Amino acid sequence: MSFWIYTLVAVIKIALMLFVLLTAVAYIVWLERKVVGRIQNRWGPTRVGPFGLLQPAADGIKFILKEDLTPPHVYKPIFIAAPIIAVVFALTSIALIPFGNSVHILGYDIPLQITDVNTGLLIVLGITSMGVYGIALAGWSSNNKYSMLGSLRASAQMISYEISLGLSLIGVLVLAGTFSLRDIVQSQGGHFPGYIPHWNIFRGQIVAFFIYLTSAYAETNRIPFDLPEAETELVAGYHTEYSAMKFAMFFMAEYANMVTVACLATLLFLGGWNGPIFGPPLLQVLLPVLWFFLKVFVFIFIYIWVRGTMPRFRYDQLMAFGWKFLLPLALANLIITAFVVAVRA
Amino acid sequence: MHLALFLVFGIVCVAGAVNLLIQSHPIQSALSLIVVMASLAVEYLLLGAEFVAAVQVIVYAGAIMVLFVFVIMLLNAGEEERSQGSHIALLLGLPSLLLVGVLLAWSVTHHATDSVRVGSLYGDPRTIGKLLFTQYLLPFEITSLLILIAIMGAVVLASKPEVTPVGPASGLTTGKEK
Repeated sequence: MSFWIYTLVAVIKIALMLFVLLTAVAYIVWLERKVVGRIQNRWGPTRVGPFGLLQPAADGIKFILKEDLTPPHVYKPIFIAAPIIAVVFALTSIALIPFGNSVHILGYDIPLQITDVNTGLLIVLGITSMGVYGIALAGWSSNNKYSMLGSLRASAQMISYEISLGLSLIGVLVLAGTFSLRDIVQSQGGHFPGYIPHWNIFRGQIVAFFIYLTSAYAETNRIPFDLPEAETELVAGYHTEYSAMKFAMFFMAEYANMVTVACLATLLFLGGWNGPIFGPPLLQVLLPVLWFFLKVFVFIFIYIWVRGTMPRFRYDQLMAFGWKFLLPLALANLIITAFVVAVRA
Repeated sequence: MHLALFLVFGIVCVAGAVNLLIQSHPIQSALSLIVVMASLAVEYLLLGAEFVAAVQVIVYAGAIMVLFVFVIMLLNAGEEERSQGSHIALLLGLPSLLLVGVLLAWSVTHHATDSVRVGSLYGDPRTIGKLLFTQYLLPFEITSLLILIAIMGAVVLASKPEVTPVGPASGLTTGKEK
């Protein structure tokens, strides 16, 4: 493949992925409002378009047209940079997520992934850990006690839960023996006797899966761990002073992070795009991608479901749960997994 | 292509380092340091050390610098005030700058033949792991012990001093001393 074709393919893939991701973000917001509405016995958005389907577009237009206030007491350069930092790192990590096998177009073999790095998982973790800066700097530069408290909480929470999140993934890495997300998915192909799929969640990583799920909620600042923006105590937390598109950027970053976390969970625990494949050649290419998106959708739905049903933790409970329960559990899981793998080898 | 990227990020790295020294606001210095760390990670990546690059981002740019920013935020450190500069700094600094410059120039000119080419390192996680647990096991274990001691020290320093029932005034001072 020559350099120019390679660049062209890369640009097309990046544009497509960004389009899919941003549309997904917009419609996850819609889905959340709908599902939480039904959980609370209301209808959610119904006015704009059929079933309120055009609501994200209306929201987008509103965000762009609203006045972009910059309060006089903020530290301006960082106040403006913070939402950009948050959204850039949230959108970048999708570059390393594979969502299917490769396809053959015009004689070229194109992998369904923007870039395949052999330390892919580590780089995704690195990029998401950089996302903390957006939140931390937003709170600090707002020069407001609620923002400051919110961002301090967010930073402390994200650093604490990153440890158990990382440790819960090491069990999977021990089983797969690689950091490459593509190879990890391929190691989960096939099934056990009795048609139980050969996914990591069925290979003894079920505890790790729950540790990951819990830590992921804390990482993305979602209910029941949404203390950084606890409305009853902190107005809106780190984005109290933000309005219009700058606020929308934090919103986009949060939902894009949710998508990334759901993609990682699918790739590492639920076998990625592995699933039953049948039918004509075109269907055989499309089905894995469909399985992948379906599994990601299930995660997103659980996110929304939990949001509709769980109360918020207290801050000391959150810290105690992370350090005193999840971290030892993740360590124990890692030791047991390593032991089993060593005995089998 | 790789060489061009290498040069661009090298320039970004140096510019970040210079900016780190020039800026008077601590948070901007900290942000410049993050730029330095991140561009160093890209340099490692371009040299072929992918694992080191990822760890550089996670540990330095992600974890350690977050703590820096955290401390600056908590202390609410303001702009630093410019002093007139000290004579000792000039007296010691200029000769050491000269020395480092000479050393750098000498090592670049004399060892240029066996320098590392772009993409020539082979630093995949498997090799690094094997090396850490065979050839470099002792330094690795000693480092982990060092970190353990540091963690224990932090716990001791952060734990609340025991309240001793002394007089009201003296009790306050001993609490502060600890």
